[in-house]
Amino acid sequence: MTSSTVDLMDYDEVLERFDPVLGLEVHVELNTNTKMFCGCSTTFGGEPNTQVCPTCLGLPGSLPVLNRVGVESAIRIGLALGCDIAPWCRFARKNYFYPDMPKNFQTSQYDEPIAFNGELVLELADGEVVTVGIERAHMEEDTGKSLHVGGATGRIHGAEHSLLDYNRAGVPLIEVVTKPITGTGARAPEVARAYVTALRDLLRALGVSDVRMDQGSLRCDANVSLMPKDATEFGTRTETKNVNSLRSVERAVRHEMTRQAAVLAAGGTIMQETRHFDEATGGTRAGRRKETSEDYRYFPEPDLVPIAPAADWVERLRTTLPEMPWQRRKRVQTDWQLSDLELRDLVNAGAIDLVASTVDAGATPDQARAWWVNYLSQEANSRGTELAELPITPVQVARVAALVTDGALTNKLAREVVDGVLAGEGEPDDVVAKRGLAVVSDEGALTAAIDEALAAQPDVAEKIRGGKVQAAGAIVGAVMKATKGQADAKRVRELILERCS
Amino acid sequence: MSELTRFSAAELAEKIHAREVSSVEVTTAHLDRIAAVDGAVHAFLHVDTAGALAAAKAVDDDIAAGKPPASPLAGVPIAVKDVLTRMGAPTTCGSRMLEHWEPPYSSTVVRRLESAGLVVLGKTNMDEFAMGSSTENSAFGPTHNPWDLDRVPGGSGGGSSASLAAFEAPLAIGTDTGGSIRQPASVTGTVGVKPTYGGVSRYGLVAFSSSLDQAGPCARTVLDAALLHEVIGGHDPLDSTSINAPVPPVVAAAREGTGGDLRGVKVGVVSEFTGEWYQAGVTGAFELAVDALRQLGAEIVKVSCPSFDYAMPAYYLIAPSEVSSNLARFDAMRYGLRVGDQDGATAEEVMTQTRGAGFGAEAKRRIMIGTYALSSGYYDAYYGQAQKVRTLISRDFEQAFNQVDVLVSPTTPTTAFRIGERVDDPVAMYRADLCTIPANLAGTPAISVPAGLSDEDGLPVGLQVMAPALREPRMYRVAAAYEFARDIALGGSLINRVPDLEVAR
Repeated sequence: MTSSTVDLMDYDEVLERFDPVLGLEVHVELNTNTKMFCGCSTTFGGEPNTQVCPTCLGLPGSLPVLNRVGVESAIRIGLALGCDIAPWCRFARKNYFYPDMPKNFQTSQYDEPIAFNGELVLELADGEVVTVGIERAHMEEDTGKSLHVGGATGRIHGAEHSLLDYNRAGVPLIEVVTKPITGTGARAPEVARAYVTALRDLLRALGVSDVRMDQGSLRCDANVSLMPKDATEFGTRTETKNVNSLRSVERAVRHEMTRQAAVLAAGGTIMQETRHFDEATGGTRAGRRKETSEDYRYFPEPDLVPIAPAADWVERLRTTLPEMPWQRRKRVQTDWQLSDLELRDLVNAGAIDLVASTVDAGATPDQARAWWVNYLSQEANSRGTELAELPITPVQVARVAALVTDGALTNKLAREVVDGVLAGEGEPDDVVAKRGLAVVSDEGALTAAIDEALAAQPDVAEKIRGGKVQAAGAIVGAVMKATKGQADAKRVRELILERCS
Repeated sequence: MSELTRFSAAELAEKIHAREVSSVEVTTAHLDRIAAVDGAVHAFLHVDTAGALAAAKAVDDDIAAGKPPASPLAGVPIAVKDVLTRMGAPTTCGSRMLEHWEPPYSSTVVRRLESAGLVVLGKTNMDEFAMGSSTENSAFGPTHNPWDLDRVPGGSGGGSSASLAAFEAPLAIGTDTGGSIRQPASVTGTVGVKPTYGGVSRYGLVAFSSSLDQAGPCARTVLDAALLHEVIGGHDPLDSTSINAPVPPVVAAAREGTGGDLRGVKVGVVSEFTGEWYQAGVTGAFELAVDALRQLGAEIVKVSCPSFDYAMPAYYLIAPSEVSSNLARFDAMRYGLRVGDQDGATAEEVMTQTRGAGFGAEAKRRIMIGTYALSSGYYDAYYGQAQKVRTLISRDFEQAFNQVDVLVSPTTPTTAFRIGERVDDPVAMYRADLCTIPANLAGTPAISVPAGLSDEDGLPVGLQVMAPALREPRMYRVAAAYEFARDIALGGSLINRVPDLEVAR
């Protein structure tokens, strides 16, 4: 089925007739050095099946040993989300057969998550604040990866054979599950995106994950259902997987709203199923049916002992929490004296960290903001890259700003210097030198040195004025001495003759 | 038969360390014995002749070089149940599923044996994935009881117990989930110990029921079991459920008991372990054993543990539940048997066909029971209830041990039954573990020591001595004292009454 055959309802009509309900499940791969239950490396991108051992391959007789840093990360994530931390909890086995799962059960947590009942406060682009309830954050292990070869779509159906890479099997995962998100109306897709963005920023600030959606270290499953305006119960939901970017989160939710509305309006029913997001079309297609609701036969994992984090350990971890993104926004607004609008532009450009580092390197907040939010954001846009990925550092931007402050560069020349840095021509001072921007800008200083030399040797000055051009040599020598040889002698000579003409 | 196969492990170690005999000679004697009788007994699935001789030579070389022995058992041969991984040889678990599987790593128990200088002779037969009480569930044929080759040697560790009774090995390793060390010990006239849960590492023990499995020593004397217990016990960071505490001083306790003095020891007789399923000769031998304990100075009291009546039903929900999950990994994708991998077969079809072909009937039965017990809507009624019973059984033990130092019972209700006798009656088979299961559910230690022969059939009966968690020294002391008194009363070791297999053949 292609998306062109799917009926979609006009978005405004969807909102007239239905209220969307969201539930977001985000899987975060922790950046621990080793896997959750063994000592294998978690490095991304290794040769297939080189980061494996009896435990993560699920070989007969192997046993898991819990990664302490993984638990610490889980607790810190829980605390950052304002969750309660369970004083006692266990792992459970989630039983189902799949070739990329070595034991044919996933060691996860079921009814005893380590963190539960929290919230995440989001700010939308226009400043509206939305609070999303957090149901739970629990620990589990990742599966291996299947590569299906020979099929048209890379899916298992139609594939000739499949290849399995277990390097990822056993990598620590934290699954963060929201409570049902209601009342967002037309903004549901935007809220979904803002939630994942805010969670990503929080996890990055905690330093617990690489949070790379493109590499799968942050993965979002979007549950979407619609309830008719007069309904009192939630509708049947679908769960869309394979949503690999922030933009896709927004598109997937919007697509499911319009698709489900069309089905419901036509008198159909929504199947409880897993759907896959198609990056190319922006649509979703049906995957595994969930109407019989798979029975995972959870039971407490007997190979691991219960986890009972001591209260003082939890409190010690609480002291390691960094400033949270929303706390930071408040603080920079005060420190840098920003209007709400200026703050929003800064946040939307994703430039807070860059601006802060630039200010740390000596620029004024206004200068730093101007460079990153205005000039460099445009550059990033036109290159189709993230601001932070541009080949220029906050220190380099601060240096350019300093040259402007010192009067060595005009704003126009400063942009040329920045362009030079972006073009890989080196440090700002190198660009100034190589593009000859320094010489022009130094002319004032050079002229002052010439004037001083002429005043010191009035007789020589007189000779030059009298037409004895060769007498200028003495003045050139004096100027070169005064500028420690860094001036261009030929240009100095020209300037002397100009001054004496 | 070489005299060298008749000695205890302690005696052999002494002779080897004193250079009266070499480990190679001792090992060769046992390998010869295996060659002579294992065709009839079938205790072994794999004999590592070259490896054993090399290990024995290494011990001899060390002793010749004047190095102190690596352990009190260095140089002594041992048989290992084929459920513990060992590099360089197959680990089959008695299953077609793993018929040719060679593990790329050795279990902690095997590594400890090897570094203690024990000489591993090979791997012993067992019920498939340790599920059974007769070794008849082995995919590779049953093991025969050296006391009567038409009878079972118990199970699941019948290969280990039979190897001891047949003098093929002086020591063996077993694993005990519901009685798989103690019941085979009982019906072969040998000693078997289930340590406290967590006392011996499970790393490399192919899991049957993770919350119940425990590896332990098998021997012909209580002291030998204690010596082996101290070699394999102790904390292992690779097993999260391993207890981080020193091994209890069981050798000292066994030596203390050998004096035969049990004054001041309070022994509880569990009143629930009697009734219609108990063979008269077993009850008779057990009562004589209790009298012997009394004569050694122990105070005997009756103790009731009412929840023990529910131990077997609870066990047959918990163990199958865990096994349904533990055996899920055998899916033909990474190792082991693969069936049906023909053109166009999906991974799911290959998994289904392989599991259908690779597992025996008992494994399938338990996977199905466990799958059902854990299913949504049934979990609370089955698995959940069984866990509650487990708690009640632990409480019964606690209350009993408030009154007495150890508890005693017959190890198993009957003597060795005939091969084939119970294969069509699973519940009759399961009843072999009536007395042993409570200790598994509570995680407490227990030992089976030979308690004479049954009047009706002249076959061995076992006395089970149970102790509180980590209080193994109590049961070793009582068992050793009883063994001492028994041998005096019988005028020699009970095991010497085993028929001469070379003649029997």
